[in-house]
This record gives sequence, C-alpha cells and structure tokens, in this order.
Amino acid sequence: MATDTQFPLWEVFIQSKSGANYIHAGSVHAADSNMALQNARDTYTRRGEGTSIWVVPTAAIVASNPDDNDMFFDPANDKVYRHPTFYVMPEGAKAI
Amino acid sequence: MELVEKADNAQAELLMHFEEKINRGDAIEPKDRMPDGYRKHLIRQMSQHAHSEVIGMQPEGNWITRAPSLRAKQILLAKIQDEGGHGLYLYSAAETLGISRDEMIDLLHSGKAKYSSIFNYPTLTWADIGAIGWLVDGAAIVNQVSLQRTSYGPYSRAMVRICKEESFHQRQGYEIMAKMMKGTKDQQEMAQDAMNRWWWPSLMMFGPHDSESPRSSDAVKWKIKRHTNDELRQKFIDKTVQQAEVIGLTIPDNDLNWNETTGHYDHGPINWDEFHRVINGNGPCNKQRMDHHKKVHQDGAWVRAAAEAYRQKKEKQSLN
Repeated sequence: MATDTQFPLWEVFIQSKSGANYIHAGSVHAADSNMALQNARDTYTRRGEGTSIWVVPTAAIVASNPDDNDMFFDPANDKVYRHPTFYVMPEGAKAI
Repeated sequence: MELVEKADNAQAELLMHFEEKINRGDAIEPKDRMPDGYRKHLIRQMSQHAHSEVIGMQPEGNWITRAPSLRAKQILLAKIQDEGGHGLYLYSAAETLGISRDEMIDLLHSGKAKYSSIFNYPTLTWADIGAIGWLVDGAAIVNQVSLQRTSYGPYSRAMVRICKEESFHQRQGYEIMAKMMKGTKDQQEMAQDAMNRWWWPSLMMFGPHDSESPRSSDAVKWKIKRHTNDELRQKFIDKTVQQAEVIGLTIPDNDLNWNETTGHYDHGPINWDEFHRVINGNGPCNKQRMDHHKKVHQDGAWVRAAAEAYRQKKEKQSLN
C-alpha cells in the first residue's frame, strides 16, 4: 500500500508536577493534535510521570546549528559581569 | 585528483573532531556532525533493539488469556504494554538519525533488520513467563544499564527511561518462579524445565564472544558500547546464580563454578551453532513471529488510512 503512512511526527514535553519545567520526553506519530496527546500519554506517562503534556509538530521546531555554536553563543562569552560571583562584596556583609 | 584529496582531508578532520568530542565524554546529539559509520551502527543497533521490544510482546502475549489469576493477567498486560512503549521510545530515538519509522518496519519485514533471537523460542508453560521476566529481562537490564552511558544522547535518554521500568519486569518474573518453587512438585518441575530451556538462550543474548565480535571495536571506540559482550554476560551470570539458589532452582550448567581467583563464576561452553541457526531464521518460531508482525501491520492499514483521511479533511477545513 503505497500511501501507507505513520503520520506526522510530534515532539512531546512533560511537566512532572505543577510548577516544574516542561521537559522533552521523546516523540510520537499522530494524525492530529488529539491523537498526539493521547499517544504521548500512553507512551510517556504510564506511571504518573506527568501532570501536563505539550505536543508540538516536529516540523514547527527551529533549532540552532551546533556547527555555528562558537559564533552563535559568542555574545555571552565575554560578559562575566552577568554572574553574581563577578562582584566583590565587602567583608562581613551578610545575606547578599 | 586534488578535489578528492581535499574532500578526504576534510573527512579526516571531521572524524578527528568527532573522536575528540567522544573522548572528552560529550554526548552526540541529532544535529551534530557524525561519521557515516557511527550513524549506520546506531541505526542498526537501535532499530534492532526497538524491533526486539515489539517482537518480544508476542511470546508473552501468548499467555494473557491463560494467566492463572486476575492479578497475574493485569500484571502481564501492563508488562507487555511497557514493551510496546519501549519499542516506541527506541523508534523515536532512532528516527532522530534520519531514518523513518516506515523504513525501519520495511527493513524488519524484508529480513534485513534483525531482532533479538531469544524471541524465536516458544513459551510452552506459565513458568516460561516467569523465566522471560527474570532471565530474559534480567539479561536485557544488564545490557541496558550499560547503555545508559552510550554516547548518542537520544539513545542514552531512552535507556534511562527503559531501565526505570524494567526492574518491575524482572521482579514480576522472579516472583512467578519463586511462587512455583514453593508449590507442588509438578509446579517445581515446570519452573526448572523453563529454567533449563531459557538459561542458555539468555546467555546468547549478549552476542558472540569478544574474540568473535566483528563490529565491537568501532562501537567501543565511539562509546556506543560501554562494556563488551563477555563483560556483560559475566555480570549477568554473577548476579543470577545467587537468585536461583535462593529459590532452589538449578542452573543447567555442570561447569558452573565459583572462581576464587577471578572473583567470577566460570561457565561451560555456549552452543554457538544453535545461536547462528536461530539468528539465521531457523529457530522454532522465527516464521511465526514475522508472519504475525506482518499480518497485524497489514490488518491495521485501514485504521492508518482512515486517520490519514481524517487529518487531510481537517487540514482542508482549516484552510477554508
């Protein structure tokens, strides 16, 4: 059957409890968003791993290219003053 | 000529960067550049691993309707669903390497992709369900725990997820064996018979001896494999012998002896002729397993076609 298909791919993100970050779990195939949610539930949360699920069409994700990492992340490399450890605190100051 | 040389140099440089990265202990992610050999090795290994999880549902599925209690039936259903889930984690991870799910299924159906030959043995009695959980999943766990540290990120993450779930599988199998060994003489014999039939195939699951394993060197160098076949097999034997003793099962190997010097159990020779016979398609259930997989895949085609038609309809509606 030439038109047989496994459906578009969706990326699955799971929040383990309310307040937590959504973390990428893997992917599922599904014909639409409802099916994607149900497949994600059955595949990635069989043991109460999640309280909330996001599904996103894989094709909609734009990712940075690791080959460009040096250039791409360069703006952050020379700004140590963005870290709290950069600053000299007076001797004896507390809770700062 | 010069162009070819330039391309070769570029390839060599890429390989050097890649291996430096591996040696630093960095994970490789889907969009990273990787040598063809690395990608090919992973696709082969991961798809074989995924197929094994899915084909492995069949020998256990054979006992769902005949489980001896409702408790046992519920557990078996949950376990088999997990195996399907594990297959999906692995297909999903393998797809990040650029192969599609359809291609992987095609390769399985055409016989080009393999699955673990352990699943070509039949499940004759309820004790076989115990033996599969305890020994087959036990052997798989030893391998999978090691693979949690494999160099390819998506594969490693799938392994972490799978390992969390597998210990339930092994414990439910061991519980079945322990229960039978506390039962009637017939039940004890049934458990021992399952042990006798599954022990050697379980040892074969780790693959040929290191001296005979042709693809091992690249896989170890690129940290796809973190331990060799023989190391993993030894680990499995060492931890399983005591578990057998506790419940009164005998390991069917007259040469099995504790070796004070090495701190490991020595074991008798493995029948590699049998291993190759089964891998090459002549095990007791090879044909049955493949036929069943193909049939279910074809029987499900109308469901996929219907869902696809529904998707296209909805897409049209959203355009209007």
